[in-house]
Amino acid sequence: MAKGIFIIVEQRNLEIRKVSLELLGEGRKIADAAGEPLVAVILGQGIDGLAATVTAGGADKVILIDDAKLADYTTGAYTSVLNKLITKEQPQTVLMGNTAIGKDLAPRLAQRLGVGLASDCTGMEADASNFLIFKRPIYAGKAFEYVSSTVRPVMATIRPNTFKAADPNASRTAEIVKETADIDAADMRAILKEVAIAASKRPDLTEANIIVSGGRGMGGPENYVILEALADVVGAAVGASRAAVDAGWKEHKFQVGQTGKTVAPTLYIACGISGAIQHLAGMGSSKFIVAINKDPEANIFNVADYGIVGDLFEVVPVLTEEFKKLVNS
Amino acid sequence: MNIIVYIKQTFDTEAKIVLDGSGKIDANGVNLIINPYDEFAIEEGIRLKEKLGGEVTAVTIGGARAQEALRTALAMGIDKAVLISDPALENADDWVNAEVLAKAISTMPCDLAIAGRIAIDDGASQIGIRLAEKLNVPSISSILKLDVTGTHVTATREIDGGTETIEADLPVVLTAQKGLNDPRYPSVAGIMKAKKKPLQTLTLADLGLSAGDLAQKMSVQKYTLPEARKAGQKIPGDAAQAAHELARLLREEAKIL
Repeated sequence: MAKGIFIIVEQRNLEIRKVSLELLGEGRKIADAAGEPLVAVILGQGIDGLAATVTAGGADKVILIDDAKLADYTTGAYTSVLNKLITKEQPQTVLMGNTAIGKDLAPRLAQRLGVGLASDCTGMEADASNFLIFKRPIYAGKAFEYVSSTVRPVMATIRPNTFKAADPNASRTAEIVKETADIDAADMRAILKEVAIAASKRPDLTEANIIVSGGRGMGGPENYVILEALADVVGAAVGASRAAVDAGWKEHKFQVGQTGKTVAPTLYIACGISGAIQHLAGMGSSKFIVAINKDPEANIFNVADYGIVGDLFEVVPVLTEEFKKLVNS
Repeated sequence: MNIIVYIKQTFDTEAKIVLDGSGKIDANGVNLIINPYDEFAIEEGIRLKEKLGGEVTAVTIGGARAQEALRTALAMGIDKAVLISDPALENADDWVNAEVLAKAISTMPCDLAIAGRIAIDDGASQIGIRLAEKLNVPSISSILKLDVTGTHVTATREIDGGTETIEADLPVVLTAQKGLNDPRYPSVAGIMKAKKKPLQTLTLADLGLSAGDLAQKMSVQKYTLPEARKAGQKIPGDAAQAAHELARLLREEAKIL
């Protein structure tokens, strides 16, 4: 009998990613409905201190696998360890965030376990036999599919910002279990040589609550400073349309759309973006959309909750001042 | 050096999605293209061959129309193409496709396989990594830079907030992220040559597989379309007035900020 809902918790420099707490929050509800324990699994080095955070976030049990070889994420070592743990523990369900790590790890782990995988899900609910049905955007959000697994464990990666983390409850307790890392030599064939994290005080696009994005109307790479100034007042991420990326103004990692990142922030501010269908696919599920564009006929106004027809070089700086007033009030 | 490029034919990025009478995605009248991320894989495969010699083969799984994608790949500079086509694969999931692809590739000489990091239709980003697992070789996903020297591979891959550099020995499976290269367009001469290049079609039986070996792990319950967003309000006034009103609406009406 399969047991437990496993959340593979992601930590970076011993800080738990927001999406992992979101999964614990939603996982708690699924575990309660199924009468199953919610298990947080953390891999890394020196991770003991993280158990309290995931316990407060909803876990009934915390499995810590602490090893120098797990200090940095590598596909092989993480697959090796999780494959053995999951084979031993037989959980019903295994969930992780659809982050760079989740996207790399989950397919390899699923193939080794011989199971399916629902990637990049934006919704889930249990059917009568406690198999989860996942909602996934396809064609970058132009349509959705609802998929389920025919085998256990059910595996999925969930898009950040899909669910809400629970308010931390420090009075919760959990069973803490330490497992040793047993990594096959064959899983150590690819060697991590260097990690280069770009210094940025801004949040990742996919995790950001607010995104300020600029398109062809920005006119050139030097003009993004005005968007950055607006973004920094409210702790937003900065994005770009494909036109701006193809023009070489911004790197691809900033691109929002069907051939870039799909995002769903609370607020998306589109500046000088016409609203091509492939861009709308990538940001159309944002809660609120603001459009600032000179062209009153621009397609972006058809999806914007609030639109300003005007020159973004005039509007954005005054909007930055208005946001400052709000934030300080 | 023997290079395999896995590609997929997808809807054009400008395609509007509609459902047919049975509630499935309607492909009628839709312009089909090579998945844009697979173009980076094709380009990288051709560049490796140009630099190191050998042969580069494109493989796809699909229906008869997928031949068009393979012909385009051949016109870009791929040497030969393989279409795996079988009615039993119509609803194949990523597990099934990885099993089939691995079986096909296991019969070919392969030092390095590369695919796009994600297909823009199903958005799954699984096949390349699953293939590596099935072939029991290392995978390096979402690469932005690649150097192959002798049998040694150094790749820079995208991670959240930065990059990392991974080294491995051949054989490996890689997946390509945008930024790896600028894919070439097929030349007129390339298009002419492509007509004479070998394009082989294989069924499951040709691969020694049967539908019974390939019970899918995932099933699709239904498809839906997103609710159309409605145009909201355009805020009047000059820049200062509009910005002031927008800030007020975001706080008082939208309850953000």
